[in-house]
Amino acid sequence: MTGSHQDINQPETFEFDAGNLELADSFIAKYPEGWQASAVMPILDLAQRQSGGWLPKAAMDTVAGMLDMPPIRVYEVATFYTMYNLKPVGKHHVQVCTNLPCWLQGSDAVTGACRKFLGIDFGMTTEDGMFTLSEVECLGACVNAPMMQIGDDYYEDLDSGSTEEILEALKAGETPKPGSQTGRHTCEPAGGLTVLQETGKGAGK
Amino acid sequence: MLHDKDRIFTNIYGLKDTSLKGAKKLGDWSKTKSILAKGREKIIDEIKESGLRGRGGAGFGTGMKWSFMPKEVTERPHYLVINADEGEPGTCKDREIMRNEPHKLIEGALVASLAMGAHAAYCYVRGEFFRETEALQRAVDEAYDAGLIGDNACKSGYKFDFYIHRGMGAYICGEETALIESLEGKKGQPRLKPPFPANVGLYGCPTTVNNVESVAVTPTILRRGAEWFAGLGKPHNTGTKLFNISGHVNQPCTVEEEMGVPLKELIEKHAGGVRGGWDNLQAVIPGGASVPMLPKHICDTVRMDFDSLVEVKSGLGTAAVMVMDNSTDLVRAICRLSRFYKHESCGQCTPCREGTGWMWRMMERLAVGDARIEEIDLLEEVTRQVEGHTICALGDAAAWPIQGLLRHYRPQLEQRIADRQEAADTEAA
Repeated sequence: MTGSHQDINQPETFEFDAGNLELADSFIAKYPEGWQASAVMPILDLAQRQSGGWLPKAAMDTVAGMLDMPPIRVYEVATFYTMYNLKPVGKHHVQVCTNLPCWLQGSDAVTGACRKFLGIDFGMTTEDGMFTLSEVECLGACVNAPMMQIGDDYYEDLDSGSTEEILEALKAGETPKPGSQTGRHTCEPAGGLTVLQETGKGAGK
Repeated sequence: MLHDKDRIFTNIYGLKDTSLKGAKKLGDWSKTKSILAKGREKIIDEIKESGLRGRGGAGFGTGMKWSFMPKEVTERPHYLVINADEGEPGTCKDREIMRNEPHKLIEGALVASLAMGAHAAYCYVRGEFFRETEALQRAVDEAYDAGLIGDNACKSGYKFDFYIHRGMGAYICGEETALIESLEGKKGQPRLKPPFPANVGLYGCPTTVNNVESVAVTPTILRRGAEWFAGLGKPHNTGTKLFNISGHVNQPCTVEEEMGVPLKELIEKHAGGVRGGWDNLQAVIPGGASVPMLPKHICDTVRMDFDSLVEVKSGLGTAAVMVMDNSTDLVRAICRLSRFYKHESCGQCTPCREGTGWMWRMMERLAVGDARIEEIDLLEEVTRQVEGHTICALGDAAAWPIQGLLRHYRPQLEQRIADRQEAADTEAA
């Protein structure tokens, strides 16, 4: 959860658009009859996406109605999980991991580059509404540390220079290439493979 | 060192085709029908014989866990729940399975489900893994289209559905009963046990929660035979394991190695060695943030398996190896982990909700030496008061890294307090 819903301008109503309604139904269909509340998390996520990256209270109420849940149960979920933003965020939500493996590999430099380039600190949004900067816990890409998540994408193997380039590109309306910024494919060692050098052989065969 | 011919994850780096076609070429989904034909008991027996222990951290026997499910399916359906809420700091192995080897996971889910009488599996993936979820969903769609799963999975006559459920950011949901709560659409707060999930789990029905890696290795074990898997590693610590090597190494990476591989060999062979050479090593956290750190002299010889690491008062955990060289401020490092646990405590049990905050604030002060010597003992006392006094293991996980620091590096803490005192005295004079 980011922020409190009490001190911001809340829209009066919220309605899902047709496409998202259909998606919501497909989520509900995954669970047994009578257990539609299981779909609350993905449907709140849909509502957040439709609302431009944050979850208005009206959306929570709409979801509560859809799933036949008491609104308080939906508020509990929305305030428990960190990925629901309870106040508006910038177009690009920059989330820097500072947990141990990232810190060991230089997340301070990444944080520093973000602060310098954006001119804001953690928990703040730039005046033009383009960027929100957040500090997050381990995102599970530790052998590609340091890293950050922007939107749905991971940017890995960062340093201050590549961090700045990514932010620069986003500011210019471009889409920087996600993943490793040092040319690694995924999680293999940078210096060349130490295993599986011959392709296609292994116990799976 | 493990030979390529004994590796299970032959496309873990995603350098080859990750689609169904590519996965089949690498051996996935081969003879699945005949594996299923073995039936429940035979499959469970073989997994027991293989010695496979759960890869999510606790290391409980997978076959044994499966055998706890009721033998007969009554009006309450059985469920397999796959724990893909990978969030233990240092750990990033399930991510690679989901995006690069998703078919191993889906095939494993089918086999495990049949072995437990389950017709549906829910895979709970952490919400931040959006792209990984997309990759897994693509593979699920491929498997349905090819008739590998669905109403007549692999033409076996068995109905099996695989559903992905996305989390939304909560480390605690990696705890199996918190995960079940979350899957039911609630806050992820752990349940009291008993009843155990095998009796009362998801939707009040018999449920087994398995880690991604545990599930993904089972088809290969059943294809190659329990004996083959049990022949790798050490007794009670069999088979292969994905290791994540991060921190101060020259080439951080994920690699599949044999259980019991010496830590030094693991780091030097695969991760390019410690930055500045082995002698520049200060300490290693060998199994994710929750296990106590090991100083260099233990790292010199310790082997990477459940029992060897328990012997040195640490643990294999998720096999996430975090390497710290001599430049590392270890107190700061553990302090960062304390902040993590404070952030992630679900707030249900008082010792954890309050204790994680106390421990973190004391660590912050100790990091700058702003404490009295007696407070080191007080901190130790607090960790003992939290440990074992909570519903789930998050309290233990918050206590152990601090206990590891105090066990091996107490003089560093005392020195820091003395230095600060001395600086203050000099200033006063």
